[in-house]
Amino acid sequence: MALQSLDIKARSATTTPSPDARAKGAIPVAKLIDISKCIGCKACQVACMEWNNLRDEIGTNVGVYDNPMDLTDQSWTVMRFSEVEVQQGRLEWLIRKDGCMHCADPGCLKACPSPGAIVQYANGIVDFHEENCIGCGYCLTGCPFNIPRISKKDNKAYKCTLCSDRVGVGLEPACVKTCPTGAIVFGSKDDMIHHAEGRIADLKERGYQNAGLYDPQGVSGTHVMYVLQHADKPELYANLPKDPSISPLVSLWKGVTKPLMSLGIGLAVFVGFFHYVTVGPKVVDEDEPDSADPPRPSEPIKERS
Amino acid sequence: MTTWIRRYSARERSNHWLVAILFIFSALSGLALFHPAFFFIAHLFGGGTWNRILHPFIGVLLSLFFIALAARFWRSNAFIPADRVWMKHIGDELCNRDERLPEVGKYNAGQKYLFWTVVVTVPTLLISGIVIWQPWFAPYFPIGLLRVAVVIHALAAWIMILGIVVHVYAAIWVKGSVRAMTRGTVSEAWAKHHHRAWYREMTGK
Repeated sequence: MALQSLDIKARSATTTPSPDARAKGAIPVAKLIDISKCIGCKACQVACMEWNNLRDEIGTNVGVYDNPMDLTDQSWTVMRFSEVEVQQGRLEWLIRKDGCMHCADPGCLKACPSPGAIVQYANGIVDFHEENCIGCGYCLTGCPFNIPRISKKDNKAYKCTLCSDRVGVGLEPACVKTCPTGAIVFGSKDDMIHHAEGRIADLKERGYQNAGLYDPQGVSGTHVMYVLQHADKPELYANLPKDPSISPLVSLWKGVTKPLMSLGIGLAVFVGFFHYVTVGPKVVDEDEPDSADPPRPSEPIKERS
Repeated sequence: MTTWIRRYSARERSNHWLVAILFIFSALSGLALFHPAFFFIAHLFGGGTWNRILHPFIGVLLSLFFIALAARFWRSNAFIPADRVWMKHIGDELCNRDERLPEVGKYNAGQKYLFWTVVVTVPTLLISGIVIWQPWFAPYFPIGLLRVAVVIHALAAWIMILGIVVHVYAAIWVKGSVRAMTRGTVSEAWAKHHHRAWYREMTGK
């Protein structure tokens, strides 16, 4: 459901301006996830389930901590556990809270063919409005992070809303509220970048030379950011893409190509019509002589005579 | 009195019109998803979700009937050396200078190009369409492939729609042609004028 207290910056499959009369006052928000502080307790997963009333199927234990194993329509956030040896003999357990990154340039919104099924609020949150979703799955092709999931129950796409319903009334997202170590914080994007700088300085002091902020510019930055101990190698964190961007295929498919192609079809009809009214139809005289040898008068000549 | 020559049997006509009707439905429902400017068309199919559900089934039916149609017509659409000569006279064809055109059989080179365009685009649309078909098949393919498939699907559909625009226009333009697909017959004069080699083959004259 559209939250009327949140202004809309962009709307899927809409070529006219979105309602943004109040947008000027909106402050871009961000959720900052400090991976160095995460203990992998999954309290955020539980809080997400509780607030959004989601219940995933109980799966089977395959011998790893990841549970559930992947994002689903019922699990909008999951902990991804990676055991890596960045330095020989020094095991590190990197735990990344995966979920929608709320891109400033959202590929899902760009790919969506259904008007208003995906909206981007003025504060930066990218939200799916399932009542407008037609279940085509195009958002999956647009997302550089492989986040949206189509529900097997209703064939609609679901993902993290950044608790737009909580943020809209001045609350922080459920996962932020519940995090026992303060690994997840929420506020204005500027404040979160500032907060991250402090954390990065601290990590560098403690030997993590490549600590840094993950706010990928390939998607014009994100409204969910990570503090990474190894920002030079985001792939270590369960294949977090180093330089994510919307696939050029999606840009080709959803850019100027389709308006041009539509124009081409219109033009073909237009040319046909004017060919008919200028050159004219081919009409065969029923009394045409049997032999092909005598010149067959073409229509324009006949018209003139 | 006009003498009529049989051009298409009742089965051929039915087959053609089944494909034609299914094409209109699939093109309209496809355009609805192609660009927001056409999304209103989805209402004809019961809204966006119904449009998404129906479009692939219409496409599969179209493909099946088109296979039958192609099987009937492919032989008479095989290119022959004379087609190259006809293509050189495409300007004469378009400007109605028919007296300068070489003799043609059942189909001229332009009609043959249309036929083979559809022969290529329909299976392309079918295969790329199956890859992106939610919720039945798309979950079994990697996202990278889906991205390629949506582009190919849109491109092939565009080519096919353009081809059919030309096809429909040609039928309106060349008077006496529509009857071949509605009644199955064309006038002797029409056959002689546009498809003389076919006319001789049919009448022995």
